[in-house]
Amino acid sequence: MKLPDSKDFWSGVMLIAIGAVAVFIARDYPFGTALRMGAGFFPVVLGVVLMLFGLAFAVRGLRDSAKIEGNWSLRALIVLPLAFVAFGVLMEHAGFVPAMLALTAGSAAAGPEFRIGEVLALSVLLTIMCVVLFIWALGLPYPLIVGM
Amino acid sequence: MDLFHNLIFGFGVALSWQNLLYCLIGVSVGTLIGVLPGIGPLGTIAILLPITFNVAPVGALIMLAGIYYGAQYGGSTTAILVNLPGETSSVVTCIDGYQMARQGRAGPALAIAAIGSFFAGTVGTLLIALFGPPLAEVALEFAAPEYFSLMLMSLVAAAVLAQGDMAKSFAMVALGLLLGIVGTDVNTGVQRFSFGITELSDGIGFIVVAVGMFAMGEIIANLGDPEERSVFAAKVTHLFPTWADMKQSIGPILRGTAIGSFFGVLPGTGPAIASFSSYIVEKKVAADPSRFGRGAIEGVAGPESANNADAQCKFIPMLTLGLPASGVMALMLGALTIQGIQPGPEVMTQRPELFWGLIASMWIGNLMLVVLNLPLIGVWVKLLTVPYRLLFPAIMAFSAIGIYSVNNSSFEIYLTALFGVLGFVWTKLGFPAPPLLLGFVLGPMMEEHLRRAMLMAKGDPTVFVTRPISLAFIIVTLAIVVVMVAPAMKQRRGEITG
Repeated sequence: MKLPDSKDFWSGVMLIAIGAVAVFIARDYPFGTALRMGAGFFPVVLGVVLMLFGLAFAVRGLRDSAKIEGNWSLRALIVLPLAFVAFGVLMEHAGFVPAMLALTAGSAAAGPEFRIGEVLALSVLLTIMCVVLFIWALGLPYPLIVGM
Repeated sequence: MDLFHNLIFGFGVALSWQNLLYCLIGVSVGTLIGVLPGIGPLGTIAILLPITFNVAPVGALIMLAGIYYGAQYGGSTTAILVNLPGETSSVVTCIDGYQMARQGRAGPALAIAAIGSFFAGTVGTLLIALFGPPLAEVALEFAAPEYFSLMLMSLVAAAVLAQGDMAKSFAMVALGLLLGIVGTDVNTGVQRFSFGITELSDGIGFIVVAVGMFAMGEIIANLGDPEERSVFAAKVTHLFPTWADMKQSIGPILRGTAIGSFFGVLPGTGPAIASFSSYIVEKKVAADPSRFGRGAIEGVAGPESANNADAQCKFIPMLTLGLPASGVMALMLGALTIQGIQPGPEVMTQRPELFWGLIASMWIGNLMLVVLNLPLIGVWVKLLTVPYRLLFPAIMAFSAIGIYSVNNSSFEIYLTALFGVLGFVWTKLGFPAPPLLLGFVLGPMMEEHLRRAMLMAKGDPTVFVTRPISLAFIIVTLAIVVVMVAPAMKQRRGEITG
């Protein structure tokens, strides 16, 4: 059997999953009474609401099949978050300058065009700008390079 | 007179040189991002929020507000000159504005857009000054049930009036509410959805969600569908509109201002709805509707006034009730909270300099936009030639530093990346992002008020309909649902049976 490729169907699946996870986790929180609502009341109600929405979308998606428009821009979808993660890791272990260089060059690599010379110049320029603006002018307390 | 006295006080605050500088920075950045497509006021304000930590609350709000209404100006400039709406609110301006430019009347189009916006901005400022204090006075009487009903009303209105699929907007509101409760429950101390991660026990950072969805998610989408940007800029020769132009524009400016002010206080409506409605009205009342689409100056004057009036009046519920009527206002509310100010009707009495200073600065900012921007139009248009591939790494860099500087935490950087991906996927699936942000901001407050109301009423849920003000909000909520949802259901049934 082929999976339905409608936008609404997958929206529904996603919401059901999120709602179910929320209810599952929140089952351990005290639900409370109407008078004294516990920590679990709001999450469980919201989880159920999300599941109901999900169900409605999934059913709608089986009937009507408006496809997802445009492309998934897979390259940007993967590379851009990775550049961010690299920034986070390098900020902790290597310092501001390497983190900035990795982030700007990494971000540029997410675009459809990658010109090595231009990207290098851009990364260096942006890094210098940010060092001047954030570290020297605004005084953010990050080491430029760890251990130096 | 009180109003007069208050406004003088406000101008005193806004005219200090620091605040003038913040206002200038705000409107310049606003114009800049208004001109550039692919980055809107939501993303920009989210990115700049952390930088405002070190600024006094008044200055921070003045600057952020400047970005917001400055973007409306910038958006119309590119709409008229290069047929490219920098912001969604200027889509309508393209229709007749660009035609005017092609007929060699770019100058008058730009000028009338600026004049209309300035007039609307002035009226908007006056409206806030007039209606803010009495509204806040009423709101001071609100207890938990009223607040809960009011928030329910604004969330429902936001979901119903948002652009796109209504059911999906509702789902996003619910999702936002759910995300909002991550962290330690204030009443019982129970850790909710924190998965044993210490960073999550304070909840998900507001900036993390906003930057992830509105900056990174947006960039991912833009990189996927690169748009052709052919810059064919019309030459601006003479700026001043003729007397006939002015006479033709007075009516549209007045009507546009009224329409924009009306939509402004409604939650969930963006400036785009106001400008679009104004365009339709102008076309209806015109003696010769066929001129529209061929360079009718009314088609520029009306919508441009409407979107600016809308932008200004969005501040009314935010400042008086602590209620965000749009995504940008949710960010403003976030900015207040970050500064340690509890949003609500008390702001006006406890921090009068904040309220009146902001109002006065908005008028000053509008003036700056007219005086500074018309001569600088050439510069802004040149900026359009900066390719996006050089722009977005810079946006990413500012975002990352901004988020990291909040808590010096790499974890929040990773979380932002996650929300970037989620934001992109949700948009792809047809879920509008702003309702999620509203739910996220209001979630904890709503839960708090619900629990307090139930305690107050000893567990009796009828408390929401037995108190008159709360009942009024509930009735309005139901009315919105009936008016907006019923036709959609009918249409749907028609589609299925027919």
